[in-house]
Amino acid sequence: MLEQLAQFYAVYGSVINFIGINALLALSLNVTLAAGMLSLGNAAFAGLGGYAAGILTIYFKLPYVVSLCGGALVAGIVGLVLGLPVLRLRGVFLAMATLAFGEVVRIAAVNLDITGGAEGLTGIPNVTKTWIIYLTLAGTAYFMAVLRSSKLGWALVSMREDETAAACLGIHVTYYKVVAFTIGAMIAGLAGGMYAHLNYLITPRDFGFFIAVDLLIYNIVGGTRIWYGPILGAALITALPEILRGVGVTAGPIRMGVNGLILLLVILFLPNGLASIFARVRPAAAKAETA
Amino acid sequence: MNDLRVNNISRSFGGLQALQGVSFDVASGNVHGLIGPNGAGKTTLINILSGVLAPTSGEVFYRDQALHRVPAHRVAAMGVARTFQNIRLFPTMTCLENVQAGHHLTAPRPLLPRLLRLPSAGREDRELAAKSRGILARVGLDAKDSHLAKNLSYGERRRLEIARALSFRPRLLLLDEPVAGMRRAEAAEVANLVRSLAGEGMTILLIEHNMSFVMNLCSRITVLNFGRVITTGSPEEVRGHREVIEAYLGSGGHDA
Repeated sequence: MLEQLAQFYAVYGSVINFIGINALLALSLNVTLAAGMLSLGNAAFAGLGGYAAGILTIYFKLPYVVSLCGGALVAGIVGLVLGLPVLRLRGVFLAMATLAFGEVVRIAAVNLDITGGAEGLTGIPNVTKTWIIYLTLAGTAYFMAVLRSSKLGWALVSMREDETAAACLGIHVTYYKVVAFTIGAMIAGLAGGMYAHLNYLITPRDFGFFIAVDLLIYNIVGGTRIWYGPILGAALITALPEILRGVGVTAGPIRMGVNGLILLLVILFLPNGLASIFARVRPAAAKAETA
Repeated sequence: MNDLRVNNISRSFGGLQALQGVSFDVASGNVHGLIGPNGAGKTTLINILSGVLAPTSGEVFYRDQALHRVPAHRVAAMGVARTFQNIRLFPTMTCLENVQAGHHLTAPRPLLPRLLRLPSAGREDRELAAKSRGILARVGLDAKDSHLAKNLSYGERRRLEIARALSFRPRLLLLDEPVAGMRRAEAAEVANLVRSLAGEGMTILLIEHNMSFVMNLCSRITVLNFGRVITTGSPEEVRGHREVIEAYLGSGGHDA
């Protein structure tokens, strides 16, 4: 039994690692989504964190954990500075502004020397272990679950439901938006740092537009309203190519198509995501009572 | 003593002059009505008083503190709560959660004790839930505490909005058409609630089209028409005022 488990890990270890990192990235986006903000900048924050952590390790010879924290801090500070002007925008305009930010980060990474240009930053020691990823994921998930019951969590959910009403209850909307944006950026930066230390290298392509959209897909497929939703979504979509290969379908070009199909089915039949299968489905209960 | 002093407030939207030099006072502990035909500028005024809109010119003082050009969340922190004409609840929260969310200013709900699972967090949540149920009971919604706000009837949603506004214990309550679309019995319950709140010392400014509701409940009434104050006075004075009758019934050459 133990031997089989070890064999499974030997084959699928990298998929397991990526599920963890993608789940962490999905949670980072969930912090802002929970407050009703659609940000496409979290992939770029992960990139910032990854590059910063890699640079700290390679050029400053800092220990792994310190580099990770440094990466998260850099992403958080950039999130704070970006958030102050950008969070005056709502809805699709915020998405566009954060998308543009993502492109700025990508182009900067391509053109700077310290990031290694288009070929990326290479020679980062691969010291990220599976247990480190999952310990961080567990901690973050716990944080997200508890956050909902705190003053900050109530404020964020109130803002998602109705910003004007929230403001009239004394909630400083801009302040809480910036806080949520910064927390999300830090979690993304942390995930990026772990990614960089998993892969020997980090390139500008690793955190482009499509990754930013993937993070959104994880959230929609899994469900945004409860902490395990984004984790479910990330796990399913990340493991999908392996599952397909298992049933004899070679992934590749049709993978995107299958992703799209899943997204469509979830939006049509489970508007609150896969998590709503497991969650005590409150709307149905409430409907039953009024009927 | 005057709680609220509205002094020469004007507000324009592009070429439209929604309010022009509006002035009146609201006495402490009073129920003050704000009436006028559609488009008279009543809701614009409530939006200015609650910090949702800034006036183009003029001043508002609440207990001698300047209130104009103060953002909405700080107006709330000064003890001013409001409801909305077009009902703005938190639709996918339950009734109880709506009221719990309304406690932002009064419940600390710190994060750290929750992360550490300290008993103080659970105690705070239980006390807050009990307090919120009590507020729901005041508007007659205690039996529906676990219903989603969006599944309530129209009148229930209006009452839930009042409950949420009461959650942070405001001293001035602005109600924008609190009984619109309500059955008579339901409206009478809201009238009783407003009376008892005023009896506890809360000052209430309300917009309402239901004339018997306003005339029975309010001790003072301000009448707006085309963005200007026609008159402020007692219900009897307002009822007999020539310009008020003209504004409501028109002056198409009929003799009164």
